[in-house]
Amino acid sequence: MIHFADVHMRYSSGSEALKRVNLSIDKGAMAFVTGRSGAGKSTLLRLIALIERHTRGQIIVNGQNLERVTGRRIPLYRRNIGFTFQEHRLLYDRTVFDNVALPLVVAGHRYQEIRRRVHAALDKVGLLDKQKQLPIALSGGEQQRVGIARAVVHRPAVLLGDEPTGNLDPILSWDTMKLFEQFNQVGVTVLIASHDLDMIRRMKKPIITLREGRILTSGGGSDE
Amino acid sequence: MKARRLRLPNDLGRQFAAWFSQHIQALLYSAGQMYRNPLGSLLTTAVIGISLALPAAFYVILVNSERVATGWSGTASITLFLKLDVPAAKAKDLAVSLRNRPQIAGVRYISPDEALAEFRRASGFGDAIEQLEENPLPGVLLVQPSSITAASSAEALLAELRALPEADTAQFDRQWVQRLVALLNILQRAVWILACLLALAVLLIIGNTIRLSIYNRRTEIEINMLFGATAAFIQRPFLYSGFMHGLMGALLAWMLVSAAVYLLQSPVAQLAELYASNFMLAGLDREEIFKLLCAGGLLGLSGSWLAVQRHMRGITPF
Repeated sequence: MIHFADVHMRYSSGSEALKRVNLSIDKGAMAFVTGRSGAGKSTLLRLIALIERHTRGQIIVNGQNLERVTGRRIPLYRRNIGFTFQEHRLLYDRTVFDNVALPLVVAGHRYQEIRRRVHAALDKVGLLDKQKQLPIALSGGEQQRVGIARAVVHRPAVLLGDEPTGNLDPILSWDTMKLFEQFNQVGVTVLIASHDLDMIRRMKKPIITLREGRILTSGGGSDE
Repeated sequence: MKARRLRLPNDLGRQFAAWFSQHIQALLYSAGQMYRNPLGSLLTTAVIGISLALPAAFYVILVNSERVATGWSGTASITLFLKLDVPAAKAKDLAVSLRNRPQIAGVRYISPDEALAEFRRASGFGDAIEQLEENPLPGVLLVQPSSITAASSAEALLAELRALPEADTAQFDRQWVQRLVALLNILQRAVWILACLLALAVLLIIGNTIRLSIYNRRTEIEINMLFGATAAFIQRPFLYSGFMHGLMGALLAWMLVSAAVYLLQSPVAQLAELYASNFMLAGLDREEIFKLLCAGGLLGLSGSWLAVQRHMRGITPF
């Protein structure tokens, strides 16, 4: 589902964020990317979502060579991806329902369809009763779950999480990871960047470790 | 087979419905944004309204002045200079016969003596004129064409009068009308220049409003982009917002001009009465109102389009 071949990423400032990265994540798999701050975890996810462009090498996601995804193809490509953030990035002037509905509204679905799918996604993250509230009235963990519901509501093939548990306590973090795992179990390919090594080891999934832009290990489970 | 044949129009119909509903969404959404930020929208609308009201008001003044001017030029009198050898009695007979023509409202005879007396009074050359042995001035008939006479038949009348055996020459007493018309032409051009400048101002005002709005909703734009919104989807609410600001500004301009016309109506009527005229100040007619609204909407749309092209380009998701 996600293939990197000799991928380099150099920012226009000159700093090299990724160097010769090779990795492969199968369709329906779940994997973690770890490493210290600045190791290139976020950059890796941003390349997949086409927020940034790699400078060398080849990235293939969902059968599409990202170099060929340009211009008007970018929005259509992104509709196959769900993204969650550490800082949630919800729209605070809109209700929980409207936040979660955003990817469907953007894709031009009908209202009945939007309502049905938003309710399903909110039900899945356990927030159906809060759909009419504004995000500010929700706790941090609840806001994160709204973010996850928004990332899966359009049934993307790939779900990306950039430090999704960074601001949560250990118990909430674990619950959130389990939620990602549930979506993985219904066939979504999941890639999560996290520096919480203890927790992601307990998830027993492949872990890609980055250091200064290079892949250090690409091992699985709780070994090392 | 049948289902297959039906699919195409069905799909097109659905696509159109989706497109249409997205437009409605964008329209409602930008209306909602304006409702949520009434002060900002009101200020922008007011500035646009005043900017559009100024050229519209000048236009109204111009149109009314032209009506007055054409009214006057139609009634410009003709000065018919008689030959020096035409005696006063014959001149008076001619005046009577001219007065009976339908295209002539009135004729006044000014005898050479009267003309000389007036010249003496008005020119200040009284002493010099005393020295003259005989009166050098001809008799004059002041011919007032009837007001229904159109400009072309006034010309025909002038030619006819010139052809009279008693006539030396005849001319319209309308130099001042021509000057007025020339002045109005200048004014007309000035109104156009003013309108262009203020249209530019409206573009800038709308552009700035939309620029601020893009800036304020950057996060929202970024999130929309990340979840696969097309450029058109993102731009649409801003374009609608610009269009509506322009349209509302034009509505306000219409109201301002109408109020001004209403306030000026009775003093103008009083003035007209002093000139024994039933002249009424004309406001904007239906076609002009339509043009004003179109101009406002178009300016709003183009201003926001420029701002969107200029400021949306720099935004990438995060």
